Amino acid sequence: MKKEVYINSIGSVSVQKTFDSTQFLEDIVTYNDTTLKVVDPNYKEYIPPAAARRMAKGIKMSAVSSKNAMKEAGLQNVDAIIVGTGLGCLGDSEKFVSDIIKNDEQYLTPTRFIQSSHNTVAGSIALDMGCKGHNFTYVNASISFESSLWDAKLQLQANEATHILVGGVDEMVDHHVDTHRFIGHVKDKPVTMEEVLSSNTKGAVIGEGSHFFVLSNKKGKSTYSKLTSIGIYNTLEKDKIADVITGFLKDNELSVQDLDGVILGNNGDVEYDHFYTNLCSSIFDNTPQLVFKHLSGEYDTATGFGFWLANKIFKTGEVPKIVKLNDKNITEPKRLLLYNQYRGRNHSLVLLEKC
Amino acid sequence: MNRGIAITGMGLISSIGNNVEENLTSLTSNKTGISRITQINTVHKNDIMVGEISQTNDMLEKQLGLAPNSYSRTPLLGIIAAKEAISQAGIDNIKDCRTGLISGTTVGGMDKAEQYFYDYYESDEHWNHINGLHAGDSTQKIADAIGLAESFVTTISTACSSSANAIMLGARMIKAGELDRVIVGGSDCLSKFTINGFKTLMILSDTYNTPFDEHRKGLNLGEAAAFLVLESDEIVSRENKKVLAYVKGYGNANDAFHQTASSENGDGAVLAMEKAFKVAGLKPSDIDYINAHGTATPNNDLSEGRSLLRIFDNNVPEFSSTKAFTGHTLAAAGSVEAIYSVLAIQNNIIYPNIGFKTPMSEFDLVPETALKHKEINTVLSNSFGFGGNCSTLIFTKEA
Amino acid sequence: MSNLKLELKEKIIEQLNLEDVSVDEIADNDPLFGDGLGLDSIDALELIVMLDKDYGIKLADPKEGRKIFESIDTMAAYISANKA
Repeated sequence: MKKEVYINSIGSVSVQKTFDSTQFLEDIVTYNDTTLKVVDPNYKEYIPPAAARRMAKGIKMSAVSSKNAMKEAGLQNVDAIIVGTGLGCLGDSEKFVSDIIKNDEQYLTPTRFIQSSHNTVAGSIALDMGCKGHNFTYVNASISFESSLWDAKLQLQANEATHILVGGVDEMVDHHVDTHRFIGHVKDKPVTMEEVLSSNTKGAVIGEGSHFFVLSNKKGKSTYSKLTSIGIYNTLEKDKIADVITGFLKDNELSVQDLDGVILGNNGDVEYDHFYTNLCSSIFDNTPQLVFKHLSGEYDTATGFGFWLANKIFKTGEVPKIVKLNDKNITEPKRLLLYNQYRGRNHSLVLLEKC
Repeated sequence: MNRGIAITGMGLISSIGNNVEENLTSLTSNKTGISRITQINTVHKNDIMVGEISQTNDMLEKQLGLAPNSYSRTPLLGIIAAKEAISQAGIDNIKDCRTGLISGTTVGGMDKAEQYFYDYYESDEHWNHINGLHAGDSTQKIADAIGLAESFVTTISTACSSSANAIMLGARMIKAGELDRVIVGGSDCLSKFTINGFKTLMILSDTYNTPFDEHRKGLNLGEAAAFLVLESDEIVSRENKKVLAYVKGYGNANDAFHQTASSENGDGAVLAMEKAFKVAGLKPSDIDYINAHGTATPNNDLSEGRSLLRIFDNNVPEFSSTKAFTGHTLAAAGSVEAIYSVLAIQNNIIYPNIGFKTPMSEFDLVPETALKHKEINTVLSNSFGFGGNCSTLIFTKEA
Repeated sequence: MSNLKLELKEKIIEQLNLEDVSVDEIADNDPLFGDGLGLDSIDALELIVMLDKDYGIKLADPKEGRKIFESIDTMAAYISANKA
């Protein structure tokens, strides 16, 4: 008998003021740009100075979001820590590379190299918490966070763990943005939040963020939702996506009509948003459609923001106007599906239910 | 209840061989792959020794029918190893069941990123490598090369235990019925990034590495790719497959002690081994051979040695580290040594821990120093990494 | 000598990102590791690079650092004696 998987708490540091969990996208941070930085919480409230001095930004953001998630779940420790990150603490990796080149491999110091290990966030949370349990880091572009969810689900369903801290984190770093702008992955010209999704231009607006959640196989006082199913596909042909989604729902004994809403990964890249718009005008035509990347920016673990959004909707029963893509209203959210892909690769489906 | 997951194919390229067979030949003839570095122009070339694969990128690309400078070395090595594994498993159609790919890497496309870091600003000549900095990009290239589409494909990066964890996740996925077949392993190439990184930690030896020796001076970095094919019992019986060995147990724990160093008594390692025994339904006395992590750093070998003494209650079975042959191949080490473990089972042999002379002063642990023939049914393999990551795998002859 | 000690304190604060520590708070004979300033093994590696880069002193074995980096006093003495 497989156990249920509950999302028992959330924690977020993002381009929006999401670290304050009492708020729900009430005070929106707008922009006219091609890159977005997180709204920094007061890191000193979360991290002792002696610990903070060597921390990369990704670790700092994650210290805040993971501690907020742990606090809300009322836990001091967990059975496992699983983190997804496309690029790890990339800022330090890039500084280490530039130091190698500039100093001709001389006088290099270890801190930046240590922070460059992709698993440095998961490792430092474990070190801080004294968590000796399962510790994994997934680094597969836009399904890094979903891989982490999948791993947690496997363990919780099989009752190999009771509480698991799951997160996704990525940093926005200059060299990475510059080079990806060269190859058309980042928008050339600034665009406003209001216009980005209908910009009709190539590339995305790059953001950053860290999202952590406690997943448990026991319901808690703060339970947000239930994770029912996940699908991960390295590739999907454009014409087959609708079939894959209906097949995924059918495997869960559901049809599109059973969904109260879909949360889609539109990022305003004219070359790839058709993956979503095709669905919006076909199988999801009558489904309330929600979007979030105009608020979060695009990054490998941006779906952490989407997952946060879905859970906030379940908890509050409210859908902020700013995330609505069509005029269909969600009256009582019971079941939400998240669908995301990046540049036609690494597609994911995540099904959440109210409980 | 504790049935193992069948291994039906293996593929491996390292500094001691371009395929599984060549690796076995080197292991059984004391042939080390450690040498001076030739393919990376580093200022440290006279201060370090490495386990370098002799084939250049051009040669690897030619072998794979790719244009010169198409890919980072990490996916090139990965594709070669994954293809060998698939071929050995006798898979004609990779889409005939739910097949996944789980790869471990730490370096990813860093070899190209460090080469063209500033060139990208000057010319578009090497822009094909820009997206290769994503660790997952190497996995995607391997997936494409083996024809895997619409599939579960992911990447694990837990430093030097990455591919051990890939094997663990693959076994769990099959056990849970989420996949019928999964190709698991890892790939890491040498790079200035890792050479200089380990140099800053002052744990690189300037000569041949000597695991578990009192006078060990640190590790030699290596490069390798190694993949295994795991298949469900249904697929094995449906296709009447030959099973090479089984993934019987696995355990992952965190030392939660230090960012890069292992705890003095190997707490995380003990926990990982305990978990693996529990999953396998075996006890320490069932182990016929231990393929140790044994990097030859002062810290690892002391910590791991102590953890072995704790787990095996001072009765440690025959053990050796094969890193004196290959160097430390980082993310690939776990799957390289998983294949060596399976070869030990298939051939009933224990590999020598070459370079060992003097036992460590802290305890009385002596690894095997010569090739030994013995009935091997059960092998335990350890892999540890930065961030406190500790992983143990147990392989068996019978399910 | 006292100039060197002040210089060392400033460099340690900067190199090791000790934002909340001022030069006055580090006494010449305070232990730098453990209970004193609370530095750890990674800081020791950072200090080894500092010795090399700023004073031309190379240490081959990180264990040598333990005695040298005991306090500002011991560091200054070692540097004065071994400076290139």
